Amino acid sequence: MKILVCMGNVPDTTTKIKFDSEMKKLDTNGVQWVINPWDELALTRALEIKEQSGGKIEKVSVINVGQADAEPTIRKALAIGADDAFRVDANPKDAYFIAAQIAEIVKTEKFDIILCGIESSDFNDAAVGSMLSEFIDYPSVSAVSSFEFKDGNICLKRDIDGGKETISISTPFVAIVQKGICINPRIPAMRGIMMARTKPIKVSVPVATDSLIEALTFELPVSKAACKMVNAEDTDKLIELLHGEAKVL
Amino acid sequence: MNFEFTEEQLMIKQAAKDFAVRELLPNILERDAKCIYPERQVKMLAELGFFGIMIDPQYGGGGMDSISYVLALEEIAKIDAATAVILAVHNSLTAYGIEHYGTEEQKQKFLPALASGEKIGAFLLSEPEAGSDATSQKTIAEDKGDYYLINGTKNWITSADHGGTYILIAQTYPEKKHKGINAFIVDRNSPGITLGPHEDKMGMRSSDTHSVMFTDVKVPKENRIGEDGFGFSFAMKLLDGGRIGIAAQAIGIAGGAFDLALKYSKERKAFGTEICNHQAIAFKLADMAVKLENGRNLILKCAWLKDNGKPYSIESAMAKQYCGDAAMEITTEAVQIHGGYGYVKEYQVERLMREAKVTQIYEGTSEIQKIVISRALLKD
Repeated sequence: MKILVCMGNVPDTTTKIKFDSEMKKLDTNGVQWVINPWDELALTRALEIKEQSGGKIEKVSVINVGQADAEPTIRKALAIGADDAFRVDANPKDAYFIAAQIAEIVKTEKFDIILCGIESSDFNDAAVGSMLSEFIDYPSVSAVSSFEFKDGNICLKRDIDGGKETISISTPFVAIVQKGICINPRIPAMRGIMMARTKPIKVSVPVATDSLIEALTFELPVSKAACKMVNAEDTDKLIELLHGEAKVL
Repeated sequence: MNFEFTEEQLMIKQAAKDFAVRELLPNILERDAKCIYPERQVKMLAELGFFGIMIDPQYGGGGMDSISYVLALEEIAKIDAATAVILAVHNSLTAYGIEHYGTEEQKQKFLPALASGEKIGAFLLSEPEAGSDATSQKTIAEDKGDYYLINGTKNWITSADHGGTYILIAQTYPEKKHKGINAFIVDRNSPGITLGPHEDKMGMRSSDTHSVMFTDVKVPKENRIGEDGFGFSFAMKLLDGGRIGIAAQAIGIAGGAFDLALKYSKERKAFGTEICNHQAIAFKLADMAVKLENGRNLILKCAWLKDNGKPYSIESAMAKQYCGDAAMEITTEAVQIHGGYGYVKEYQVERLMREAKVTQIYEGTSEIQKIVISRALLKD
């Protein structure tokens, strides 16, 4: 069996986000790029499952739709433990475009399990996983927070309103995973970093796909007012602030 | 000249940083207060390969360069200087010493366990009456034919208890003075080795430091490093490299304190504005940043020289002296910027200031570094 983990290349989550003067394009100067945090959790869980599978999972691959500058992030995925990587050489335009590109690779490479992070930490579309499953006609399970693989049986848990749902599923499928899928993302070991040099990144050209979305402009959120400390005994002052200033009472 | 880091160097730096923030920062004040050895974290660092970072892959190491090593040490020391010194002694001294001066048999026998972190390295040079004056070794290694018989006491030994593989410096021919000194690889569990109590130190409190007593300890002859009488020269060569590691540790401590001071200065208000807007504070930050940059550049130059097989003895003395002194100055200023909050433990800079002090003392005091530097200048 083969697992594919879809990974986005996103600005580090502590980045101070800036846009160009027309507020149309992210200013990438000085930005440090990382694996999308949910995808990194998915990759960590995929590797754990592979290690526990007793050889049933032969390999874990990663795929990224992005340009050559995404390769350091892809190589980090290889250092963490992915066996190989695919990069579709394109500037990703929207979720539909990305899903179409990944679908094209899946059609020839035949993966049994595909893991996608629930959303990307930059654009938060939360759409690639579902679109991909439609493109390749795999069933998909969303909001997966637990993935167990025992004796060849797959058990997924997903969050539903007020609780959790346990699902048994057979391959192939797409699991759209969220927090809880593993405890912490894996830190690459020296051996992994050394071996990442020798693992292949297969680069392919994108298939022609229309972009369905065009971002017209971006707005930064209004900065939050500073926290005001009120003395614990001074409830009148607290009520006055909540009523008069915050207007929540 | 090329000031760009490679992708791998950056990945190792980030891995060390992620590890430090996730695994070393929690409970650090408790480990410091109660002198708790970071056992779980050391095991994890071993699994990640940090104990074999520079060791040749043929002996189970990561085969990374010195630049990667100092970047990793700096990131670890930013958060936890005690864990950084465990790594520094193990990698710069014990593992490096065996790999570069040991026989092929010694490498095959000892390096794999050091590379995997199964055995932690310790370096036994200092004695109660031989610190900076390392030539006056009182520990005796008597040549008994097929083994050496060791008697004496070593002081201030990092990882004395948790360490598994010691490099011991001892005197075989007292009449030959420093030319009679030998170096040996000694198993920590050899019969006749006893430890003094855990030293109650100012900083680095969670690394285990003890005196080590040798009473009729037998060390096989094949465990001697190099020719008969090579020990002192060996120790000095090792310390040239060790200084780079301690300089990196020092600048890590300083960088950790600087980051906290910078953040605090942007949050704390006084006289109606954040204190970073007062020139008295802003100029302190500028001075600290310049020292950090100088220190880092000195360290990276040493690491580059070492990686390229060029001499680095003088440069590493300069880096050690500068970075040790800078660490003390920067951490002291970080406490000053924090004011009263800097004087209490919760804000971490108090601890970092205590950690910094020893970087001016161990692996050659700042004064010894000045001797090394000035003697080189005045030679001929």
